[in-house]
Amino acid sequence: MTITLNHFSAAAVFALFASIVFGITHRETTRDMVRYGLYCFAMFLGGVLVAGWAMWLIRR
Amino acid sequence: MANSTTEKTKTAPAESMSMMSVLAPALGWLIPGAGHMIQKRWIRGLLLFVSIVTLYLLGLAMQGRIYRANGGDILDILGFIGDVGAGALYILTLANDWGQGAIAFATADYGTKFMIVAGLLNFIAVADAYHIAIGKKQ
Repeated sequence: MTITLNHFSAAAVFALFASIVFGITHRETTRDMVRYGLYCFAMFLGGVLVAGWAMWLIRR
Repeated sequence: MANSTTEKTKTAPAESMSMMSVLAPALGWLIPGAGHMIQKRWIRGLLLFVSIVTLYLLGLAMQGRIYRANGGDILDILGFIGDVGAGALYILTLANDWGQGAIAFATADYGTKFMIVAGLLNFIAVADAYHIAIGKKQ
């Protein structure tokens, strides 16, 4: 079985699972884990979008 | 007499804790999330298991390449260290000769990185299981 993901969906899947692990392992309480997980997810995807637009600007 | 009784009650939990501090990381390395589950952190363990295993299997399905033990290029060595963190998944992949990597697929390199990161995330989960076992974290 072969799965083909485009760049953004690969980054989104990566961000989702990495954020879950970061949230669980880096915070003490459940509430903090959820908040930190969401924060990491937003930072991952935000970073992807910023880097994408930066590369688009450099290319022009 | 009273002192010896007190010492016994003090050493008993310490012994069980030291056993758990070895067992939880070892089990957690072999099966992602199991180090948490053995300490009754069921939801955390399940989430870790699903996250790490899914990431690793996605990497395999994307035709990612597995790194074997090597003494060559530094990036290959680091790739091996990352992959080996996946524990039983890594052993299973080697045993079945999966993870050969396909140059034909442009996304195969994403798959390789997914597998390395899954292993590295499992190392973090193992460290967390250890911290729970020694009482540093709830």
